[in-house]
Amino acid sequence: VNSTVTLGIIGSAVVLVALFELLRRQRLREKYAVLWFFVALGVLAIAIFPGLLTGLADLVGVALPVNLLFFLASLFLLVLTLQHSYELGRLEEKTRVLAEEVGLLRLELDIARRQAEPDESSG
Amino acid sequence: MTQFTSRPSYAAAMPRVLVIVPAWNEQDALAATIADVRATNPDVDILVVDDGSRDRTAQVAADSGALVCRLPYNLGVGGAMRAGYRFAIRHGYDVAVQIDADGQHDPQYLGSLLERLDGADLVIGARFAGEGEPYRVGLMRRLAMTLLARTLSRMARTRLTDVTSGFRVANRRAIGVFAAHYPAEYLGDTVESTVIAIRSGCTVTQVPVQMRVRQGGQASQTPFKAALYLCRAVIALALALVRRWPDVPSPEPARDPAREPTREELP
Repeated sequence: VNSTVTLGIIGSAVVLVALFELLRRQRLREKYAVLWFFVALGVLAIAIFPGLLTGLADLVGVALPVNLLFFLASLFLLVLTLQHSYELGRLEEKTRVLAEEVGLLRLELDIARRQAEPDESSG
Repeated sequence: MTQFTSRPSYAAAMPRVLVIVPAWNEQDALAATIADVRATNPDVDILVVDDGSRDRTAQVAADSGALVCRLPYNLGVGGAMRAGYRFAIRHGYDVAVQIDADGQHDPQYLGSLLERLDGADLVIGARFAGEGEPYRVGLMRRLAMTLLARTLSRMARTRLTDVTSGFRVANRRAIGVFAAHYPAEYLGDTVESTVIAIRSGCTVTQVPVQMRVRQGGQASQTPFKAALYLCRAVIALALALVRRWPDVPSPEPARDPAREPTREELP
């Protein structure tokens, strides 16, 4: 067993254990869990059967298999980051709406209170 | 329907006007601004949207007898104004006015802005339109403002000289648009909101006004800042032009701008 295989197995094992733990503590939505699960499986598969990567590199015509790996990995991270930016913007818009509604509800409460006791503190 | 100010009965036929004052840490200027609006326009309701201030802004506003909407944290002018427009629509106001808390908008002009609502949905109180002393700005800033004004004038098919002015008056139709879509981005409360109004079919026009010196500090004008302003203005304009906005009507039943107020809603 050479060192790349060991590294790959350790890496994917760490990801899988972390995934399981995060899911168990309900800190991770399953859509991301599924994503990372398949990433970990992929790393594991390539670590155990390096032939998969070289075969794929031959197929698409990449001379160095490791370059294909880096290319795919960075592409994956780029798309994931973009997706996170999108989610972040959506969440921010949602919290903005909530904040506005909270402010308006407090105002409605003030108005209702003032109308309930018209004699007291009308300003 | 809720009525917040006591008003003589002859005023019942007049449009209900809500003045929205977005305020962020404006405790020093706010009281004078509110008093000024009151003195010049006694029949309007005033809503101060406290945009997460750390000072006594909300307290000052409440002491002045204004309605106060306290936002839990700072959202920027865009968020504050959208909250204001939502309040206006829920309480059946016919007209919503935006006035800055720092006192640079002279409420004396409010009457002439309101008059122009006859032929328009959104009326902007504009500097550079010939009223009084010229408003002094640097070269870069003026360049940015000219670019924005030219583009928006072409879109609106009318002459707009000052689209970055925050002094504006909206009727029910425009309130409906803004309550649904009010941009949070930089310059969104002025440039982009005007673009949205035009693209949703609102008629936009302007009335010349004279701005006053801010009661607070003057914004510093270094060349670098002015250049930055130009860049951001161009980006904001480009975004506003290409952005796809969802159709305006109407997640809430009360948002239909064409709807006439029912008997109960009339004060």
